[in-house]
Amino acid sequence: MTEILPVILFILIVSFVLAISFWFARKARSSSGYYAAGGKIHWSVNGIAFAGDYLSAASFLGICGMIATAGYDGFLYSIGYLAGWIVALFIVAEPLKRLGKYTFTDALDARFNAKGIKLMAAISTLVVSLFYLIPQMVGAGVLVTPLLGLPHYAGVIMVGVIVITIVATAGMTSTTYVQFIKGTLLIVFSLILVVALCFRGLSTTPDQGGRVAFREYATMAATESGGKIVPADASYGVVGDVTARNVRLARLEKGGVASWWKVDVSTSGMALHETQSLVTQPDGKRIVNGAPESAANKLALVGNMDSIDGKSGPGVSTGPIDPFRFIALVGSANSSVRLWKELKFADGHDRVSVYYGMPTPGNRIMRPGLSFKVEGTPLERIDFVSLMIALFLGTAALPHILIRYYTVPSAKAARKSTIVAIVAIGSFYVLTLFMGLGAMTSGVVNLSDNNMSAPLLARSFGTFLFSMISAIAFATVLGTVSGLIIAASGAVAHDLMDRYANLIRDDRHKVYVGKVAAFAVGAIAIVLGILFKGMNVSFLVGLAFAVAASANLPSIVMMLFWKRTTSKGISASILVGILASIGLILFSPTMFELYGLDPATAPIPLKNPGIVSIPLSFLTIVVVSLLTKPDRLPDAEELPAAKAKPA
Amino acid sequence: MLHEPAVQAEKDPAFSYKKRLGVALFAVYALIYAAFIAINVIEPKIMETILPGGLNLAVVYGFGLIVFAFLLALAYSAMCSRREKALEKAGEA
Repeated sequence: MTEILPVILFILIVSFVLAISFWFARKARSSSGYYAAGGKIHWSVNGIAFAGDYLSAASFLGICGMIATAGYDGFLYSIGYLAGWIVALFIVAEPLKRLGKYTFTDALDARFNAKGIKLMAAISTLVVSLFYLIPQMVGAGVLVTPLLGLPHYAGVIMVGVIVITIVATAGMTSTTYVQFIKGTLLIVFSLILVVALCFRGLSTTPDQGGRVAFREYATMAATESGGKIVPADASYGVVGDVTARNVRLARLEKGGVASWWKVDVSTSGMALHETQSLVTQPDGKRIVNGAPESAANKLALVGNMDSIDGKSGPGVSTGPIDPFRFIALVGSANSSVRLWKELKFADGHDRVSVYYGMPTPGNRIMRPGLSFKVEGTPLERIDFVSLMIALFLGTAALPHILIRYYTVPSAKAARKSTIVAIVAIGSFYVLTLFMGLGAMTSGVVNLSDNNMSAPLLARSFGTFLFSMISAIAFATVLGTVSGLIIAASGAVAHDLMDRYANLIRDDRHKVYVGKVAAFAVGAIAIVLGILFKGMNVSFLVGLAFAVAASANLPSIVMMLFWKRTTSKGISASILVGILASIGLILFSPTMFELYGLDPATAPIPLKNPGIVSIPLSFLTIVVVSLLTKPDRLPDAEELPAAKAKPA
Repeated sequence: MLHEPAVQAEKDPAFSYKKRLGVALFAVYALIYAAFIAINVIEPKIMETILPGGLNLAVVYGFGLIVFAFLLALAYSAMCSRREKALEKAGEA
């Protein structure tokens, strides 16, 4: 049953966000007001708003979820996302502010005034924004289920409608202040959550402060006779014996209820370990742990320390510990954490997912390799490098981040706001490691969807913290989606309709077209958010980074640093970057799994396209520029610095 | 409409200096980031090494990359501001 406090806090925060939008609506009547907040935002506010824009559902929900299930591998996203700001600060912040007005297309085109650049950069903005919108919408759907008791699609539609309302009323000014408030709240409440976590400490039998009884999973002895498993407890009958991916499972039945048990054989004999299971029947009916899925019968939340610094058994706990000790204990070779693995296979016409616990040494969790195959084949290692390159180079190429440089009055303010952003975002990313490990060891990991790990960790401290964290997370999605939709709407109204096609009559017409575009992009985002349900949002954002880094970064960098760059080179580079990155993603193992095909049959073995598509885009700009006539206007040094002026 | 120059003119004599400084600091950070990736794919077990204080290399390097980004950003800002002020004074004189 839905609790009332989360609903009240949710309504309050959403109402507050909408109130800010309506309050600032009067500032959004001109193009400058709508797309760039009049260029009058203070750098410190813009810096935190940068953090608000950037700390999206991927950072909060996705990274924490990935750390909760894959340990240090999830934290690699935090490291890569933060490192990307170095590129933004040192390479693009001031030049982009100097050269542009509303969109990054302005800056790219400033030295060429070429239609091809306007068209391609606008298309790139739309594509990247849509890719980035997908995980935000998925995150929204994930949040509303435990918060409001609504299905996934309801959350996606709700976010879409609210964001379209925000964007259609007030544009960049309200989005900036929403981001500022949300960014502040997110960092403050994450810090509160981490402090609470350290006060509670670690336990081998986490019971969420006495709120939820710790569940022990049974182990029973068995023997094998004539190839058939015989459980020691005779009340169980064996009705199936399956081996999938080298894991042997026995299907037992007791009192008409079927359950799957993991079979382990050691020198001391055979043992059966209790698991959790989700069976999807051909008619779509879902069976959880042997009984039909219902509000009362869902997969149980999991995750606990099996041993802490060499001490195991029920009730071992540390009590309050300092943050560094917390990480050191989880990561100690003498500690182990019960992580859960998923095994998918077909059982007749049924699709079966069995989840089984695996005691994993702490030193294995706190280094790369649980999820990314850093010790795998050369190709698997290249895939990891590809992801890290995309994260590093993607930030400075994200349209919704780049447009924020136009909301401040000067290049100097752009630089200062980037530094505030780095401090705020970096602080938050340090906290993600604690929140993720906290979720991993507190019995709050949802086996079928790890995106809710951080809010569920908050719930283990009571309804208030859960409600606040969830409502802030929802506001996070709202804010980021607003920024993305404004970026996309600017690409349509300013870059395409006005600068490219010359179809805009006057300033009011441009704002009107932008709002129509916002509505259309919002509608598309709703559909995509429903289609991509269940995928880790941080992984999806990693793909958006790869597309941005492939499509936009080569042209930005070469335009700034290579005098021989031509407009045709930039257009070709953007086109190749988009096609190569999306093409590689569409034929990747990840997408094949989403299509319902065998991932091993995917023609492209890489999950992350950046290592191929980014160099290809760079190569394209060099080759095409050398083959075409120079058409560049004066260099950066010859160009004046900028001060935004109201349109 | 709106085909006028995107921005209003103002001289920035420190632009070249900031560009060179930005590239240099970017190169320093990129190198340390690349070394981090290289260790992870070539010899990930090194990341398990426990350092004084009880944390392993993976955590210290990861936190270190975040904190180093703070420090480089602050140093960059301070150096840019100093050069901007110096050039402004020189321009006034």
